[in-house]
Amino acid sequence: MNPLPPPGTPGYTQALLADDPIWLTIVKVVVVFALLLVMTLFMIWLERRVVGRMQQRPGPNWNGPFGLLQSLADGLKLAFKEDIRPVLADKAVFFIAPVISTIPAFVAFAVIPLGPEVSIFGHHTALQVADLPVGILVVLACSSVGVYGIVLSGWASGSPYPLLGSLRSAAQVISYELALGLSIIAVVLYAGSLSTADIVSAQQNGWYIWLLPVSFIVFAISMVGETNRAPFDLPEAESELVGGFHTEYSSLKFALFFLAEYVNMVTLSAVATTLFLGGWMAPWPLSLIPGVNSGWLPVVWFISKMFVFLFVYIWLRGTLPRQRYDQFMRLGWKILIPVSLVWIVAVATLRVLRNQYGTISAPVVLMVGAVVLVVAIVVALMLPDRAADDDDAGSEPPVVGTYPVPPLDLTVPTSPPKRRRAVSRGPAPETAAVGSGQKEDA
Amino acid sequence: MQGSAGLTAYVPLIVMFVLAGGFALFSVTAAPYIGPRRYNRAKLDTYECGIEPSPQPVVGGGRVPVAYYLTAMLFILFDIEMVFLYPFVINIDALGLFGLVEIVLFIGTVAFAYAYVWRRGGLDWT
Repeated sequence: MNPLPPPGTPGYTQALLADDPIWLTIVKVVVVFALLLVMTLFMIWLERRVVGRMQQRPGPNWNGPFGLLQSLADGLKLAFKEDIRPVLADKAVFFIAPVISTIPAFVAFAVIPLGPEVSIFGHHTALQVADLPVGILVVLACSSVGVYGIVLSGWASGSPYPLLGSLRSAAQVISYELALGLSIIAVVLYAGSLSTADIVSAQQNGWYIWLLPVSFIVFAISMVGETNRAPFDLPEAESELVGGFHTEYSSLKFALFFLAEYVNMVTLSAVATTLFLGGWMAPWPLSLIPGVNSGWLPVVWFISKMFVFLFVYIWLRGTLPRQRYDQFMRLGWKILIPVSLVWIVAVATLRVLRNQYGTISAPVVLMVGAVVLVVAIVVALMLPDRAADDDDAGSEPPVVGTYPVPPLDLTVPTSPPKRRRAVSRGPAPETAAVGSGQKEDA
Repeated sequence: MQGSAGLTAYVPLIVMFVLAGGFALFSVTAAPYIGPRRYNRAKLDTYECGIEPSPQPVVGGGRVPVAYYLTAMLFILFDIEMVFLYPFVINIDALGLFGLVEIVLFIGTVAFAYAYVWRRGGLDWT
């Protein structure tokens, strides 16, 4: 449908990039690095402006035109603040944790294709720092390593709030990484490659957001959980944990954590664009114009698609209150993961059957539906009965006594209710029964 | 193509690593020298909203709730499953119906473990 200039065969970009001289690589790396820094500054400004508008106030508008230099000023101000290290902190780890958190954030962006083949100083190359055969796994790996920075910073601070914040963050990021990875699998299945450039070129006949809507939704949700952003910003819930894992950090170390968070947002938005929105390809009505998908113009499409995701990040923050931690973990473990698994089985089944039987006919679809249904039913049968659970929780001995006055002979349970059934205690039932008419559950 | 271009493809990642690492290390090292340094004992205490901080172990901030350990173990279980799924979906066309049946059996096995953990309350956050 789109007239795409260069051969979109798998591995084409890899071959193209292998010819890059080292100076070109360095130029690209520096440009991407600068782009990420500028995007971070711009995002902080944009976030404050947009959230400001959503809350009926102007937001920063004093430094520079439209307040654009506000975040630059904030960054400089942070640099001239005192660098405090608490006495209880572990010196080496406290020092290195911001570095560990920053590096993977930048490295992950290296595999994102920003555009097709272009010519830089007479040298033909792709607008991408690196195209690896395992491209998309690099993103997952980097986001995993980034957690170390957060965990170590909380651990090394020698303070309760950062410790709690960092543990929450670790549990949260690994939980949502599962959903993230599972949602990518369906994309890899259709693209037939882990390389990001190949995934983009596989989408020239249709973006994967239309083909794989469930994957996209799971990805979009876990993307927010993965970057610790509102409404999933539990690691830095200021009402519970002061500042979360970076409570004890100040000055440029704090700035690095801030930078890593925003770079991660930009990176994951770029990944979402690459996987589901066709990367640098022009959106539909524009894609009919010939030549719109070649040269430097695709960078514009890419950045604008990325900003759609970045705006949604801000929008979510301006709209939704923070989730409770147990609800948040429940969403990740009990909804996103099973949905992704069933979806992967369905997509894989469809794919294999279509290869076996050519075009999909009605019986094939019915067969697929039957398989999916059987899997879903088997999973559902093995799941616990929610009613039974609630019953269990509700079988606490009823409290005797009217509302303001607690029962005076309240017996303290000797063990948690769940274990009491297994270990039967001798004298406890009598005293309870005699004392307040409470009944031990059988 | 895979042979010679295999490892050189990673050079840009190393360059990026060095650049980002240099930037971060420079910032972290320079921070104490750029900013002011005024000694104050209270400032170096553990942050606890203005009250005297509660006593802490010398290193490491204290004990880790065991629920996090469980989450980490479950993560490993499912992460390994995910790792196995990637090679399968890459080669799905070559493997055909046989591969599909095998992977459904595999996912079924993991789903059984998953349902067991769910039933035992391993996924509930208390």
